[in-house]
Amino acid sequence: MNNSRKSFLKKSRRSFLKAAGISAVAIGAAPAIKAVAVASGGGGSASSLPVVSPKAEALSAKRWGMAIDTSKITDEVVESVVAACRNAHNIPDFTIEPDEEKYPKTRPAKKMQEIKWIWEEHYQYAFPEMEDEFLAEKYKVLPFLVTCNHCKNAPCVQACPTKATFKRPDGIVIMDYHRCIGCRFCMAACPYGSRSFNFRDARPFIEKINPEFPVRSKGVVEKCNLCAERLAKGEQPACVEASEGAIVVGDLEDPESEVRVLLNDNYAIRRKQELGTEPSVYYIM
Amino acid sequence: MSKNAIIAGLAVFVAAALFPFWFNIGGTNAAPEIELSAKAKAAKKCVLDKYDMRANHMTILNDWRTSVVRDSNRMYKSANGKEFGMSLSTGEDSCLGCHTDKEKFCDRCHTYASSAPYCWECHTDPKEVTQ
Repeated sequence: MNNSRKSFLKKSRRSFLKAAGISAVAIGAAPAIKAVAVASGGGGSASSLPVVSPKAEALSAKRWGMAIDTSKITDEVVESVVAACRNAHNIPDFTIEPDEEKYPKTRPAKKMQEIKWIWEEHYQYAFPEMEDEFLAEKYKVLPFLVTCNHCKNAPCVQACPTKATFKRPDGIVIMDYHRCIGCRFCMAACPYGSRSFNFRDARPFIEKINPEFPVRSKGVVEKCNLCAERLAKGEQPACVEASEGAIVVGDLEDPESEVRVLLNDNYAIRRKQELGTEPSVYYIM
Repeated sequence: MSKNAIIAGLAVFVAAALFPFWFNIGGTNAAPEIELSAKAKAAKKCVLDKYDMRANHMTILNDWRTSVVRDSNRMYKSANGKEFGMSLSTGEDSCLGCHTDKEKFCDRCHTYASSAPYCWECHTDPKEVTQ
């Protein structure tokens, strides 16, 4: 009995080692087999996975920036630029009378609730730190256009708790309105007042809705997006088109670009440079 | 003596619990038929096949939004080889560019399913503007 038990054990051990050896080889070979399978069979299915890409005609830059030639900004240019931006982005104009039939009982909006993407400002408010005692007379009356500066170190991006506001790799500070919770931290953080909060439903105050761009819902913050939707289609921003050459948008990192050539040939200032936000909008004086 | 009260109470309870069922007996609550626009019919292929679209269109829209806003990728080449502009309502190759009738395509099912997506709070049906 002892003998047979021994032989049983012996046999069992032998077969156990055999099985263990084969298993070890199989486990060790599994990653290699998988890799081969992906390389051959998986290669075919990889090509049929969906692919996303920018549009072929899209404009691109390392860092988008803007140069505004203050000598070319007249009241007419200001008006057409602001109107172009308004139409392009469905920005409400609270001075218009809402359509009584379509939007009955709409309360008039307050001035402080206005939505601004690009707007006219006077020199002393746009550049409050430049308190020159004997400032050239013309700067006291000249209209200035101010907008989001698409800062390199954007404080609004740092303030946003939901990453609704973020900086694209190409320098545009842009918002995902779906994600905005309306906390307005960004508005407090922005030293330029470039952000507006939607206190109201904007639709009654939009003369003609442009279906090419969404309207914003009540309770989100909005601001200039440097016409990201137009750049993606290979078009220049709406303000550039309407400005009769006063506004130029281009790549700040490219020394050959129109913006850089202009900045090289002229003296230009930026708003509140001392704050270290590194604005990307330059004013050619 | 309490037997009757219990039975009566139970009857009331069962009737109340089954309220949605008996209330809807005889009602016409058939699932709505989606009407494809002529353009969508002619195109034959959507982003995914029919049943995948039905189940996952919301996920796709979510992914598209992230791709467009965050990565600036606005073109989508589907697994079936067709290209789309990643937009709900702008352009010929967007969702509404093909499914031209929002009322018959989106709203019917959403209303039936009591789903109220907030897409249209901001996005605009181009037809609504021209009307």
